[in-house]
Amino acid sequence: MTSENLVYLIALPLFSSALLMLLGRKADKWGHVFATLISASTFVVGAMEFFAMIDRPESSRAVTQKLFTWISVGTFNVDAGLLLDQLSIAFVLLITGVGTLIHVYSIAYMSHDRDRRRFFAYLNFFIAAMLLLVLGDSYLNLYVGWEGVGLASYLLIGFWNQKPEYATAAKKAFVANRVGDFGLSVAVMIAFANFGAVSFIGIEEKVGGASEAALTAMGLMLLLAAAGKSAQFPLQAWLGDAMAGPTPVSALIHAATMVTAGVYLITRSNFVFDNAPTAQLAVVMVGTITLLFGAIIGMAKDDIKKALAASTMSQIGYMIMASGFGPAGYAFAIMHLLTHGFFKAGMFLGAGSVMHGMNDEVNMRRYGGLAKFMPITSITFGLGYLAIIGVPPFAGFYSKDKIIETAFNAGGVQGVLFGSAALLGAVITAFYMTRLMLMTFFGNKRWAEGSEPHESPFLMWAPMAVLAVGSVASGYLLYSGKAIVKWLAPVVDKDHHEHAEFLPPIVVTTLAVVAVIIGVSIAFIKYRGELSERAPSEVSIFTRVTRRDLLQDDANEFLFMRPGQKLTQLLVKTDESVIDGAVRAVGSSALGSARGMRKLQTGYVRNYALLILIGALVALFAALVVTL
Amino acid sequence: MGFQSPALEYGALAPMLIIFGAAIIGVIVEAFLSAKVRAPIQLAISLGAVVLSLSQVWRLRGSATTTAAVNSVVIDGPVLFMQGTILILSLFALLLIADIDAFAAQASAVPGSNEEARALESGKIQTEVYPLTLFAIGGMMLFPAANDLITLFVALEVLSLPLYLMAGLSRRRRLLSQEAALKYFLLGAYSSAFFLFGAAFLYGFAGDVSLAGIRSAVSGGPGNDIFLIIGMVSLSVGLLFKVGAAPFHSWTPDVYQGAPTPITAFMAAATKVAAFGAMLRIFYVSLGGAVYSWKPIFTAVAILTMVVGSVIAIAQRDIKRMLAYSSIAHAGFLLTGVIALNQEGLKASLFYLASYGIATIGAFAIVTLVRDSSGEVGDLNRWVGLAKRSPAIALIFSLFLLSFAGIPLTAGFIGKFTIFTAAYESGNIAVVVAGVLSSAVAAFFYIRVIVMIFFSDPVEDTVTVTIPSLYTNLTIWIAAIATLALGIFPAPFLDFIATFATFTR
Repeated sequence: MTSENLVYLIALPLFSSALLMLLGRKADKWGHVFATLISASTFVVGAMEFFAMIDRPESSRAVTQKLFTWISVGTFNVDAGLLLDQLSIAFVLLITGVGTLIHVYSIAYMSHDRDRRRFFAYLNFFIAAMLLLVLGDSYLNLYVGWEGVGLASYLLIGFWNQKPEYATAAKKAFVANRVGDFGLSVAVMIAFANFGAVSFIGIEEKVGGASEAALTAMGLMLLLAAAGKSAQFPLQAWLGDAMAGPTPVSALIHAATMVTAGVYLITRSNFVFDNAPTAQLAVVMVGTITLLFGAIIGMAKDDIKKALAASTMSQIGYMIMASGFGPAGYAFAIMHLLTHGFFKAGMFLGAGSVMHGMNDEVNMRRYGGLAKFMPITSITFGLGYLAIIGVPPFAGFYSKDKIIETAFNAGGVQGVLFGSAALLGAVITAFYMTRLMLMTFFGNKRWAEGSEPHESPFLMWAPMAVLAVGSVASGYLLYSGKAIVKWLAPVVDKDHHEHAEFLPPIVVTTLAVVAVIIGVSIAFIKYRGELSERAPSEVSIFTRVTRRDLLQDDANEFLFMRPGQKLTQLLVKTDESVIDGAVRAVGSSALGSARGMRKLQTGYVRNYALLILIGALVALFAALVVTL
Repeated sequence: MGFQSPALEYGALAPMLIIFGAAIIGVIVEAFLSAKVRAPIQLAISLGAVVLSLSQVWRLRGSATTTAAVNSVVIDGPVLFMQGTILILSLFALLLIADIDAFAAQASAVPGSNEEARALESGKIQTEVYPLTLFAIGGMMLFPAANDLITLFVALEVLSLPLYLMAGLSRRRRLLSQEAALKYFLLGAYSSAFFLFGAAFLYGFAGDVSLAGIRSAVSGGPGNDIFLIIGMVSLSVGLLFKVGAAPFHSWTPDVYQGAPTPITAFMAAATKVAAFGAMLRIFYVSLGGAVYSWKPIFTAVAILTMVVGSVIAIAQRDIKRMLAYSSIAHAGFLLTGVIALNQEGLKASLFYLASYGIATIGAFAIVTLVRDSSGEVGDLNRWVGLAKRSPAIALIFSLFLLSFAGIPLTAGFIGKFTIFTAAYESGNIAVVVAGVLSSAVAAFFYIRVIVMIFFSDPVEDTVTVTIPSLYTNLTIWIAAIATLALGIFPAPFLDFIATFATFTR
């Protein structure tokens, strides 16, 4: 089926973004309202498409739209085309829905910023790019969106670029993403070399004929791309610094949508991974490492946003891990992605609300006892908290429980290993989130002087409330009657695999709940009483390493930055002495000969005439010699 | 034996007849109308004639090849294309000429005399420049269309004589201008002698002055080969002089510098089209059979011209002299199109001529704008930091320079690329290598100028960029747009040229 309306999803926010940027300060008065309305309109278009899709029979739910022929060289044709299927619609609704809520929130949050219009222009640009990412019908079209969201992320992290460390954070994110983008471009090349096509459908048709080595290579490159965009090991270091951006950005881009693009990429490429078990194993391992890595960092963070960022990294680790389990896991990866979109965005907005009331303080050691002063924020945040640690029946319970179950069901030693890691992650998650709750909303007041915490305005708490409803109910809604599994099956599980059970579901659920209880209890014991305003300095080596983000920056510095600098210096030296030297030599010798030859230009007609005569005679002589 | 009046094909000759007719009307206007009204009327006549002639060229396009005026003129695809190009370039040159203060009040007055002062005071202007331009245009249009050596020579003189005069009409620095005119005239006459000498020998060789006759003699007639070679070489010297190829180029910088800038623009752009048109016709049509005799010489001349033009340009301190050397280098690049001797070479040459011509007119138009109290400023050192004062003009000038340098996305790149490709495919690798290398050297001095204009601080000086008049503005902008458009979307224009690019033998 084709649809003529898909393009509006991208065109509307793109147009709005361009308009706000081109009009400049003229649009300052109404730009934020306009951008929010546009974002809401894209949500309406997305919702209409969703309802239309539900009405169609399962076999013809996907719709496409060809925009124009992008590249046509010989037999190689790439159309700029859009594809809206069961997978992309889930993303469209998440992006436009949560996106619109965050637009609303930002109207109030950014109201004191003189560049609010520019902020909204970037937000709209992000929405357009992210929609292109999930709607593109080929890897090349996806790539355009992929780069677009990278740019939007860069611009928004560095939105307050008057502070050098914020600009540095933006650059760090950009560089880490570049490494991942390299993987994506290589993956596209592998696809083209092996299949002669870059569209999802085109590759899927030919995937049977490809060698496993090629598919594994492509899968690993896609994984590299996903690791860059989704802050997975070993490209995870940028996400914590990305919190330099305004908090709504952290909520939208660095929690709910953009950072989950890696999960989308792997799920979308299911036809590649399902035929490349080695690459799948790599995916699971990356996810597992990251989910523990992020969780451990989260334990040591005192900065509320960085703690949430570490938690995001960890939760995306869960999703990546799930997507590595193939058809058994894709649906749960996406389900966790959606529920996470609600509760994490809600908590980030909550953190923004707290900062709003506390003079932009981010250190949780200077919070404490805020529940009384910010009742709505603490309730909405609390609902998100219950969802993320996986307390039944909140949203995160369903999604995380299913991922842990899938991990165990992978079978054998691997299954036990990954399942236990996922359980351990759940324990740590419960610990650090409880710690965050206690330090922020309960306990003794440790405020900086002059803090007068107050509840945020309606425009800020309303979106938080909506997201809190999602944090409560989305898990049940998505899972009741295996709704999400059936819905996504035509995309990610065409052959309807039967999934083996390693442990009965009830056992896994019990284990998960026990894990939560353990984590919460430890945190209660440790952070129950009075806390100091300063972080304790006499701590174990383990804590110190954790505070340094498990040495992620030190590792990058040692492995890449220093050797890179050495190489650059060497190249500069070569450039200066060898290449520039050669160029300068050519230049000066040309100038020298020019000065010499210029002497022939005497200005006297007699000399010129003589030169002509000599020239003619030489030419004549030469012609005679050549011919005769 | 009664006298039979020759039959003239007025339709095919219309473009040239219109121009010559308008030139004669212009002379009459000079004689009978008062000085005050002459300038606008002359401009209107000239522009009208050029536009009308252009419309006739457009009408003739695609029609079958005809010979006209008792076989002395041939009207085929390349001729029509070159006539069209010459007319368009002339149109812009006329617009520059119309900014009339480049020309002397009374050219016959001795520089510095009281007579000159009086003429300046009375506000007179030498409007003869218009009919002179028209005669030159007519000669240029006839030059590539000539079908025998006599007509060729007549056309050569008709286009040259007005140019000699016009070169001496500068309003400022008149001595330099007059010196340039005299040099140009003397050397031009000298080279015409070579040309005529060569024509005579070719007649001696073939027993015929028509190009077709020479062609059949070359391809296996009974002629004397020594006569052929002497004739061919001498004729070439005359032609190479006109296009400014080394070592026959010495006049170019002196004359380009001395002549009034609009005339320099006209010479540099339109004369080159006409001269290369004639050269292409002679060598493609008549002397193609003797290619092994002339190709080594032309290769050597082409390489020498590229090298001399590119290298000496580096040491120039005057913008007009620098552009003169640049035009010499371009003559070298164009010669590779002659050497290629294939359909592609002809097509590439036509494209190159058009794109080079338009950028040249534009560049000289900008030269007329950079002034101080005493007129145009040629000294490159005083162009330093120009971009700070007039970013738009500086940007467009840089565009023309980049096109001359052959940087991608400009017409110059496509021109160089197509012409080198054609030469390479015809097996002339040496000339292509030399061409590419000297292009690199040439890029050095073009970019040096851009760096001076953009990245140096302006010296405390009185150089200003005058606000261009409508005429000059139009010229500059159209030239800039054409240069960019031909660089980015060359395909339609190249396809258009392909419909013209076959000589009738």
